[in-house]
Amino acid sequence: MARNAKKNWDADGRAVVGLVVNGQALEAAFAPHKTLLEVLREDLNLPGTKHGCELGECGTCAVLVDGKPMLSCLLLGLECEGRRIETVEAMSGPGGLHPLQKAFADLGAAQCGYCTPGILLTAKALLEANPNPSLAEIREALAGNLCRCTGYIKIFEAVELAAAWLRGEAAQPRHESLYGSDFDESGLLPVVRNGNG
Amino acid sequence: MTSRKRTRVVGRPYPKVDGAAKVTGQTKFADDIVLPRMLHCKLLRSRLAHARILSIDVSRALAAPGVVAVVTGRDLPIPFGILPVSQDEHALSTDRVRYVGDPVAAVAAVDEDAASDALAAIDVEYEPLPPVGTIEEGLRPASTPLHDYGDSGNIHKLVSMEFGHTDDGFARADRIYEDLFFYEGSTHLPLEQHAAVADFGPDGRLTLWSSTQTPHYVHRALSKVLAMAPSKVRVIATSNGGGFGGKSDVFNHEIVVAHLSRVTGRPVKICLTREEVFYCHRGRHPTLMKVRTGVKRDGAVTAMHFQTVLDGGGYGSYGVASTYYTGALQTVTYEIPAYRFDGARVFTNKPPCGPKRGHGTPQPRFAVEVQLDKIACDLGLDPVEIRRRHLHPRGTLTANFLRVGSMGLGACIDKVVAASGWGTRRGRLPYGRGLGLACSSYLCGAGLPIYWNSMPQSGVQLKLDRSGGVTVFCGSTEIGQGSDSILASIVAEVLGIDPFDIRIVTGDTDLTPVDLGSYSSRVTLMTGNAAIQAAERARAMLAAASAGKLGIPESRVALDGGRVFDAEDPGKGIAFPEAVALAESRFGTLGTVGSYSPPPSAGRYRGAGVGPSPAYSYSAAVVEVEVDPETGIYAVEKVWIAHDVGKCINPVLVMGQVEGSVYMGLGEAMMEEMAYRTDANGNVVHKFPSMLEYKSPTTKEMPPVETFLVEDPDDNGPFGAKEVGQGPLLPIPPAVANAIFDAVGVRIDEVPVTPEKIYRALKAKALGQPPRYGPAGFPPVPYPEPIHVPTPAEGGDGKAVDAAVTGAGGVR
Repeated sequence: MARNAKKNWDADGRAVVGLVVNGQALEAAFAPHKTLLEVLREDLNLPGTKHGCELGECGTCAVLVDGKPMLSCLLLGLECEGRRIETVEAMSGPGGLHPLQKAFADLGAAQCGYCTPGILLTAKALLEANPNPSLAEIREALAGNLCRCTGYIKIFEAVELAAAWLRGEAAQPRHESLYGSDFDESGLLPVVRNGNG
Repeated sequence: MTSRKRTRVVGRPYPKVDGAAKVTGQTKFADDIVLPRMLHCKLLRSRLAHARILSIDVSRALAAPGVVAVVTGRDLPIPFGILPVSQDEHALSTDRVRYVGDPVAAVAAVDEDAASDALAAIDVEYEPLPPVGTIEEGLRPASTPLHDYGDSGNIHKLVSMEFGHTDDGFARADRIYEDLFFYEGSTHLPLEQHAAVADFGPDGRLTLWSSTQTPHYVHRALSKVLAMAPSKVRVIATSNGGGFGGKSDVFNHEIVVAHLSRVTGRPVKICLTREEVFYCHRGRHPTLMKVRTGVKRDGAVTAMHFQTVLDGGGYGSYGVASTYYTGALQTVTYEIPAYRFDGARVFTNKPPCGPKRGHGTPQPRFAVEVQLDKIACDLGLDPVEIRRRHLHPRGTLTANFLRVGSMGLGACIDKVVAASGWGTRRGRLPYGRGLGLACSSYLCGAGLPIYWNSMPQSGVQLKLDRSGGVTVFCGSTEIGQGSDSILASIVAEVLGIDPFDIRIVTGDTDLTPVDLGSYSSRVTLMTGNAAIQAAERARAMLAAASAGKLGIPESRVALDGGRVFDAEDPGKGIAFPEAVALAESRFGTLGTVGSYSPPPSAGRYRGAGVGPSPAYSYSAAVVEVEVDPETGIYAVEKVWIAHDVGKCINPVLVMGQVEGSVYMGLGEAMMEEMAYRTDANGNVVHKFPSMLEYKSPTTKEMPPVETFLVEDPDDNGPFGAKEVGQGPLLPIPPAVANAIFDAVGVRIDEVPVTPEKIYRALKAKALGQPPRYGPAGFPPVPYPEPIHVPTPAEGGDGKAVDAAVTGAGGVR
């Protein structure tokens, strides 16, 4: 924990803290008991970071702090003096979506989309440390992020696909991940008429 | 309404139309809405499970810093409830609290901290009442019942109906089996906590943004409780961060913030804490079941008598419908010539239960499928064959007058049996390893609306502007399942344009025609059919206007690839925007509508309103488990699932719904429990209202899933499509229990199937006792005499034979 004595306080009793948010150095003033989650959403107008419990149980609010996934609901804004914070808002840019974002959209790894920012950032940290993770390593890295929609399967596949793209491979979504196994790709899918056989 | 011709958009994998917004964090959820001068609301919730409110003093809270308004039940005396027969809730409790978490007062303050602090300054005097904690207690005579309505004491609802002659059926049986099952309650656990923002403007109009699956029903309830003209109330359903049925009731906080905005003249927001989300609940009803089934030696069912008791919690919610649902869909998978159902729901002092994915049907499906496994074992039949041989015929009515249309269950069974290696592996794996099979079916939308009316259940409007832009308006609600994408795909298919070029406006009661909401797996079928109708009407105008320009008859006009052209000479054509401009020149401002009403139900007996649907989806699953026989600890190693979706409108969405359903079914099967305990003071409290203790599967518990999509198109579905959002959950819990039996030879007749229960059953087996864990008895329930309905096979017309108890279909 950064215990920086150089903290400033404004006239309203708010802490004035220097942060590097999405590549931009800035000073934010907020009540000293606020979590990083609250500072991002309420004081820095970055609502892309979501919350599911505010108790460190679900992983929804994960952001990158100095490149590492951290639960922003368990960090005080005060503890982030001088640290590099990265939120989902910085993942895409004028160049378009980050490969992870594109893979998540293409494969339906984001259904309701609520856990998605936290999972994208956690996966991004994984791929930066390990460009070719095994499925077990992906499971391990995302074990702290709950998703109630997808059963995680499309998330695993999207992380694998994005990893391949980031490695420069011309990977495509697998046929069975789009249509299921043993399913005709023709577009006119086989009609079952012998259901009661 | 179905189309068998080659499709360009339908059936192809597209990303969700809102996918880019979701992966960039740009989707606006309710708690992301911030308005100028906005106040924040907090609710004071009861800490007693059952008590009379003697007095509430808010004077200290009103004087607290930052507080702008405090309201109590006296300010909102009009009751509400999702079903017309269960108007038993108040926005804030007026005289009684019925569960820990029941709201009694609300504060609006300048920020959340001030609102929270002020709650401690509200003085409530309670007279504690004895709480009702269990089904058994709920069945006992009560000195102070929770409610002053219902069938008797704390029994909310009793139903009994018999189709055909079950006595004769049991007399014809070679064997009769009787089993008891219990299915524990579980909750939806959407990652988005419920949130709502209300803005009562100076023009006397109210706007409520809410994470709701049912904006139309919220609209009606707000109008009623706030005593405002419906035309002055606007409800906007924001994208739901997960629903699963948990956001399909009308909730206290939605009404409270609306009222607080009215009294303060400022926007008011509330976002529930995770603990409060557990108290909102409306999840799976804990259900005790007794099943008596008569069969011939080949496994053919001759009669079934199915009894249920549901633990309803403190309020009605959807409970009357849930009760009927525990008896409705047993008949649509395998032929059951004579069927009797007795159902009961009791009030208890716990958060109210309601609809969770599968609404009232996973519990009986668990019982049916586990019992069938036992019967197959006893008769020496393969669990595959006992099912495969007796599938309900397509295109016929069940004993309880449900119309089975397309029926791909046989194909589903074949897929999972082949892929799992069932024939060579089941019963032959090493001790500790096992395979289990189960099947199921689910509705594609409830046949009847929640309140009786003869209007369409879904409406779609299309607007075409002269620049070529197409906007779809529909009251449906995007909860992550992809309903916006389905609308875009279907309209794009008919008009021959790109789904991403279509603007979708949904879930806004001011702007969009009514769709009843995202529940009962109704959206694809019902909004889809309405969208086809609206789009076909627009297509006809475009074809008529373009034919002249192209110099061809209208019948030759084709729309595809953003062009309108001669089907016989595709090079000859115009761009889509030009066709729209021609049509606007000819017809004036362009707009079309489409609507959908389900076909009438065949059943005409009292209670026939629950169960009918335009179509039924079918699923089959095989689950493989590895059990440690020393400890009972087990892992699900793999799931094979096949789902008959009729027709994939978008396979990406379909795959996602199948896998998500399997996941949620595994959560229920293995670990999720909405459990309670009685504390030292006799208070019934939630055992663990937190995500840390309410266990749900993480990435590490989720096994590989091999999915097979089966298409057996249904004449009632848009392009033949049926539902996929709920059905694939249903076979998972019984398949897990059946796999445990194959692995270690014990029966777990209870959900969740926990290691402790397996361990206890293994212990019992070792001691020579029945190798089983499950309920030991079924309490006496005062079920009424059943109504008697002759089955279609008996020449019945859908009515009960005793005229005195015959009524039109519907939940009354």
